[in-house]
Amino acid sequence: MTKPVVSLAQVTIRFAGDSGDGMQLTGDRFTMDTASLGNDLSTLPNFPAEIRAPAGTVLGVSSFQLHFADHHVQTPGDAPDVLVAMNPAALKANIKDVARGATIIVDKDEFTTRNLAKVGYETNPLDDGSLESYKVHAVGLTSLTVAALSELSLSRKDAERSKNMFALGLLTWMYHRPTESTEIFLKAKFANKPDILEANLLAYRTGWNYGETTEDFSVTYDIAKAQMPPGKYRNISGNSAMAYGLIAASQRSGLKLFLGSYPITPASDILHELSKHKKFGVISFQAEDEIAAIGSALGASYGGALGITTTSGPGVTLKSEMIGLGVMLELPLIIIDVQRGGPSTGLPTKTEQADLLQAMFGRNGESPVAVIAPSHASDCFAIALEAARIATTYRVPVFILSDGYIANGSEPWKIPDIDSLPDMRVEFAKTQEDFLPYLRDPKTLARPWAIPGTKGIEHRIGGLEKADKTGEISYEPANHDLMVRARAAKVAGIEVPDLVVEDPSGDATVLVLGWGSTFGPISAAIEGLRNDGERVAQAHLRYLNPFPKNLGEVLNKYPKVIVPEMNLGQLAMLLRAQFLKDVISFNQVRGLPFTTAELMETTMGVLHA
Amino acid sequence: MPDVALTKKDFTSDQEVRWCPGCGDYSILSTMQAFLPELGIPRENIVFISGIGCSSRFPYYLETFGMHSIHGRAPTIASGLAISRPDLTVFVITGDGDALSIGGNHLIHTLRRNVELKILLFNNRIYGLTKGQYSPTSEQGKITKSSPLGSLDTPFNPISLALGAEATFVARSVDSDRKHLTEILRAAAAHKGSALIEIFQNCPIFNEGAFDIVKDNDTKGASLLHLNHGQPIKSETHGLIRENGALKVVALSGVNETDLVIHNAHDDDPAYAFALSRLSGSALDYVPVGIFRDVERAGYGSLVNDQVNEIIAKQGAGDLSQLLNSGDTWIVE
Repeated sequence: MTKPVVSLAQVTIRFAGDSGDGMQLTGDRFTMDTASLGNDLSTLPNFPAEIRAPAGTVLGVSSFQLHFADHHVQTPGDAPDVLVAMNPAALKANIKDVARGATIIVDKDEFTTRNLAKVGYETNPLDDGSLESYKVHAVGLTSLTVAALSELSLSRKDAERSKNMFALGLLTWMYHRPTESTEIFLKAKFANKPDILEANLLAYRTGWNYGETTEDFSVTYDIAKAQMPPGKYRNISGNSAMAYGLIAASQRSGLKLFLGSYPITPASDILHELSKHKKFGVISFQAEDEIAAIGSALGASYGGALGITTTSGPGVTLKSEMIGLGVMLELPLIIIDVQRGGPSTGLPTKTEQADLLQAMFGRNGESPVAVIAPSHASDCFAIALEAARIATTYRVPVFILSDGYIANGSEPWKIPDIDSLPDMRVEFAKTQEDFLPYLRDPKTLARPWAIPGTKGIEHRIGGLEKADKTGEISYEPANHDLMVRARAAKVAGIEVPDLVVEDPSGDATVLVLGWGSTFGPISAAIEGLRNDGERVAQAHLRYLNPFPKNLGEVLNKYPKVIVPEMNLGQLAMLLRAQFLKDVISFNQVRGLPFTTAELMETTMGVLHA
Repeated sequence: MPDVALTKKDFTSDQEVRWCPGCGDYSILSTMQAFLPELGIPRENIVFISGIGCSSRFPYYLETFGMHSIHGRAPTIASGLAISRPDLTVFVITGDGDALSIGGNHLIHTLRRNVELKILLFNNRIYGLTKGQYSPTSEQGKITKSSPLGSLDTPFNPISLALGAEATFVARSVDSDRKHLTEILRAAAAHKGSALIEIFQNCPIFNEGAFDIVKDNDTKGASLLHLNHGQPIKSETHGLIRENGALKVVALSGVNETDLVIHNAHDDDPAYAFALSRLSGSALDYVPVGIFRDVERAGYGSLVNDQVNEIIAKQGAGDLSQLLNSGDTWIVE
């Protein structure tokens, strides 16, 4: 007998368990199967910094949230409609986010007296009535998995490890996801471990069959395809998109890609991804520290490569002096800062936007650099190309401010046509008489990119102040003043597109202005407000230094400008300083993206003040 | 090869040299300028990269490509350049403070990787540019501006440090001995990976006479133990023997020439070179000079580029369109 199918417009599911339970993998697989079905989606992995935090504790809970829909999705969803909790700790850590009426699936085998006590449950929430307002499915995920694998010659512990696949199979059945690609994935992943492969496949299929046969689940759900522009799609995370964008920049510019990097959360995946693609001529150099990482990248740039370093906030602090040298040498350099909670070690696995002022000013002297920020995961591809354009055209260090949310989150990406990507070929200085290494191009104010190996233009550069044109050491007061202003003018003159304001009613008086990864949540909030009949304008900054030329005009047009940031008002400070505009700052630093609800509420407060 | 043989003058830049009168850097510079033509490498393919300190002004005075970078970090910049541009010959110019204090981490990692860099470490056992503080090679008890009661730090022995860091070429020379320094530069240039050359360099302002014992005609004959591969290790008065497995300096008058240790710079076991390096500490009574160790190991840059070339030979050059279209994809009509 086929069970009834209910059609839904959108669903948010959160998988939660111990950090060793495989929740990220489970979430990833469900995401891939959902993407290939044609739903739009957005994801939010959330995990502790510890690799294997103490089992069964709230501290050690790892989760993966996925929002998918039959329409355009802007965020990973505020509150889950379905919580899968693999143990009492996962329930305890996540229940506060789950709206009443939502579905909760738990592994009842894990709700033992000992496990409950470990997280401070005095009574079992599965039978003390505290979950009465939820739809609770208490399933023996562990015991059912172990029973299903009893024929295999596996230890109980190994058998139990497949319970995440049982859960995935069950959810796959509930939401009519296809099973083929996960089966292909498992076959590839465990190609050399036939026992483990068999266990995972069996658990996965058993989970699916369990949904089909048990009376506990009476309906299944269907979410129609989202309307998306035609084309070929794949799902992609911010860090992967960044790596692809850098490779594309290398290919389109004809420059060798040199990555100097030191492992750091949440940026390491860019290093991992680029290291896989050496057949593109990529050199990935894992340096001894953050300083050597950027030093090697600058050295490679000096030699005519596309020098890149990837890091997070603590790494940027270490790189500051070398960035200053890059400013002085006027060489191309890309610094990718995947921001995380700070200060100091802070919150390595949580997101934040608090490195903006560090990128702008975190060096000695007047040391201007370009700063740009991607708005969402797949935007990292385009932002990497843009960073390479600015760095090579203006011979200047360029910061890309990504963050943990963008880096680890994923979304469907319409794969671009290679021919549509810009031609980014560059010209090096040629052999010539009386070469002047600091003679500026009148249009870009860039100096020549004069690489070793070019006959007749041998010259010396360094961190000491340069004489105009000749580049020789100069302590002349007037020259220093001239050069400081020239470097500033060069960065200020970088061509960037105007800021686009979306103001459909045309008469909004309130503008919500964001930057970086707040794009999704702000867009969702604005959409919600407009659906409620509110008139509100939205704009989002990709270029933080220099700002778009029309920014001042935009700020002056709207009496009230709200600036939501995951910091204590860093963009707001820049706007106030540069435009004397008293913007309304809205800030939170919880290590998580804004929720749509809180952004709507704040904007409503300003609209109806 | 250049069309016309280059001369010392061709490698001399138009910049006025600004070291103190009597500085040991002058003779090192002059030796280098005179040596470079014999490499037969066009000037544009030679790069000098330095850090910060008196010695780091060196690149300005050479008519090649050059970069005066930041304190201690020259090996990092030079590594990125040498790895990505294997066609270049890259020298690093550094001092005891630059290489062993602020840049110590980079030095050891560059040596263990065996990046194709020739590193000249000018050791004057003092901070000169900051006007006379003790350095990581200053002898313990040294009275300086920052140690008026005597420094408490145990110094590094740069040769021991380099050997401990798996260096494949380690040598020592003296600033004023042009002939010897030239020989060492020649051997270093022929070496495939990293070469570390410690050069005793006199600072006449803040540490005058620090190396007098190995420079004065009265004492150097006895003090300098010459390391020549395949030759017995000895000075004019003393020689090296093995006693109970350890190396020992003895008066030549008391031993047969045949009992002296024959130098083997190509010994795979670094323990031998390390034992040589321990013959001289802060006191310079007997100082080995020459090449302590010169062994073959693939250079890091060539390994990096081989890895890239091999994968391209096996799988073909990367195709961007194929990469972007890889993984699970789907079509929206």
